[in-house]
Amino acid sequence: MQPRTSVAGLGPALLATLRRDLTVALRRRGDLVNPPAFFALVITLFPLGISPVPEQLAAIAPGLLWVAALLATQLSLDALFRSDHEDGSLEQLLLAPQPLAALVLAKVAVHWLLTGLPLALMAPLLGLLLSLPSGSYGVLAASLALGSATLGLIGAIGAALTVGLARGSVLLSLLVLPLTIPVLIFGSGAVQAAAMGGDVAPALAMLGAQLALALMLAPWAIAGALRISIHG
Amino acid sequence: MTFRLEARGLACERDDRWLFRDLDLGVGPGDVVRIEGPNGSGKTSLLKLLAGQLPLQAGELHWNGVSLRRARPAFLANLLYLGHAPGIKPALNALENLAWYQALHGESGSHRARLAALEVLGLAGFEEVPAAQLSAGQQRRIALARLTLSPRLLWILDEPFTAIDRQGVAALEDALWNHAAAGGAVLLTTHHELHARGALTRVDLSKAGD
Amino acid sequence: MWDVVHRLGSPRTFYTIAGRWQPWLWALAALLLGTGSVWALLFAPADYQQGDSFRILYVHVPAAILAQSCFVLMAVAGAIFLVWRIKLADMVATVIAPFGAAMTGVALFSGSVWGVPTWGTWWVWDARLTSMLIQLFLYLGVIALRGAFASRDGGARAASLLTLVGVINIPIIKYSVDWWNTLHQPATFTLTQRPAMPAEMWLPLAVMVLGFYAYFVALTLTRTRSEILRREGRKRWVLELGS
Repeated sequence: MQPRTSVAGLGPALLATLRRDLTVALRRRGDLVNPPAFFALVITLFPLGISPVPEQLAAIAPGLLWVAALLATQLSLDALFRSDHEDGSLEQLLLAPQPLAALVLAKVAVHWLLTGLPLALMAPLLGLLLSLPSGSYGVLAASLALGSATLGLIGAIGAALTVGLARGSVLLSLLVLPLTIPVLIFGSGAVQAAAMGGDVAPALAMLGAQLALALMLAPWAIAGALRISIHG
Repeated sequence: MTFRLEARGLACERDDRWLFRDLDLGVGPGDVVRIEGPNGSGKTSLLKLLAGQLPLQAGELHWNGVSLRRARPAFLANLLYLGHAPGIKPALNALENLAWYQALHGESGSHRARLAALEVLGLAGFEEVPAAQLSAGQQRRIALARLTLSPRLLWILDEPFTAIDRQGVAALEDALWNHAAAGGAVLLTTHHELHARGALTRVDLSKAGD
Repeated sequence: MWDVVHRLGSPRTFYTIAGRWQPWLWALAALLLGTGSVWALLFAPADYQQGDSFRILYVHVPAAILAQSCFVLMAVAGAIFLVWRIKLADMVATVIAPFGAAMTGVALFSGSVWGVPTWGTWWVWDARLTSMLIQLFLYLGVIALRGAFASRDGGARAASLLTLVGVINIPIIKYSVDWWNTLHQPATFTLTQRPAMPAEMWLPLAVMVLGFYAYFVALTLTRTRSEILRREGRKRWVLELGS
């Protein structure tokens, strides 16, 4: 047996991780329904709690939709690394001779595909319930698609930091929610601008810039956080 | 070409107490090293330190003479570490689990090789059953299949005999010694009495602290 | 250079040196805060618009400045701890966190009290106050995360990393809150932004800011020394101190 001096194949490793996470998630389909169901439920609560008057709802719809979507993504984050940690495969992921930042990026990508994207796609439907002005539906979906990717990246840092803790989920919200405020501001700002017939480009551009920054920095932070917290 | 993992002056502190310190250890071809000590003496911590999973609190680690900090990718490429948890995803079947591990290490591996490895461990007929429906011992056997499937020079095994029946224990013991005889190295903790078939190095942690 | 860093990084050296500086710093803090308070309360002229209520500024602004610098310092200490594993850096970060949170609280409270005469209400979603509130949550998160870990080292490293993530985010949060604020309340009157402050007004402010800093340094030295004793209580040099 000879010592191996180099490891080939980050590509196959990434692909395999994407496929594995997708397969696992699709086999536990029940969990996939939770974030969209939560999103829809929270939106249903607002007319009941505030008022069913369309004008009133329309005025606050962009913010409500964004806050509810943000909380729905938050809800699913706790599970991002937890089951992998419990069965020991997270430890093995950290021992793979591959850049960990790239591997966790693959995991976050699957998470976005299965929670962020569905939320973005169903948001226009819920916008309808809140009498969101026509013309802002596309922006709503686009801003959520962009923003939820950033939310997933930021949230994954918190999920990684709390993965070794028994009751990490409440703490996770405390850690992550303050960091998501810029995404919320520009996300709902874009929808508001669209609803009032204003220029949506600046807010969407800011969401894009945040995503770019998160893509550059968050994977390293997630990887570092996992190395720290996996051993409590 | 040979290999060597060299540890000098390792220490592990937990809550102001030294579990062990000034620990020197070298592992090379043919070595079987057993870490011994009562519960809580830092056996698992030592294995994790040696596998580069925990930050060093003191001392240094070298892989082939190069600090592990810099040689990390080369080191990990030659390491197979099995921890307390077997690392088997319950929602996936044995073949899928093994295929992911192979891909993670940059190998494509063949379906036939995976079937053969599972058969050796007595898992024939369970290849496509979701691991959630398998017993703890069977799950651990899937993890052990990685030993034959992905040949690695250095095995670090934390309690590998847990949950395994008597035949499995004998087979695993054979595998350990054969690995050493073939020029590999094994570092392990176990409460099981190993039948020494070669040079067995013992590292006792019970008196290594304060 | 490295020798100096590592020697200063030794808790024992720090304990001795900090012990020597400590009384002077406390005296300096008392002097500055005393002078500053008397000057600010009795001699500085009243504001032509806000009258005497503007004097809250002499507490609000130093507290807000300190709250921000504490977070940055905490991040610097965290980075030093993560990279060089100098335990003293983590002890300092541990000590700064609650102080920074308290200063954020003081800034929020004084801002809110100030809001009553200025805006006629206890709370306005003013850009500065909103950022402060978010920063308070960041502090609480760091403190909570540190406490949640069973092992001190794990908690220390996790808190350090979170602080670094936070410090990168603070400017982004500030920027986005400012953007949000101008979007919703164009050209409102903010508490501390005024065209030009005469020297009789800002000189006492400068003294107060320096006083707050002196107080912060003195308190940090004192508290870090007790943190050292708490953590190193079993080491021989500490035991010899008591004998």
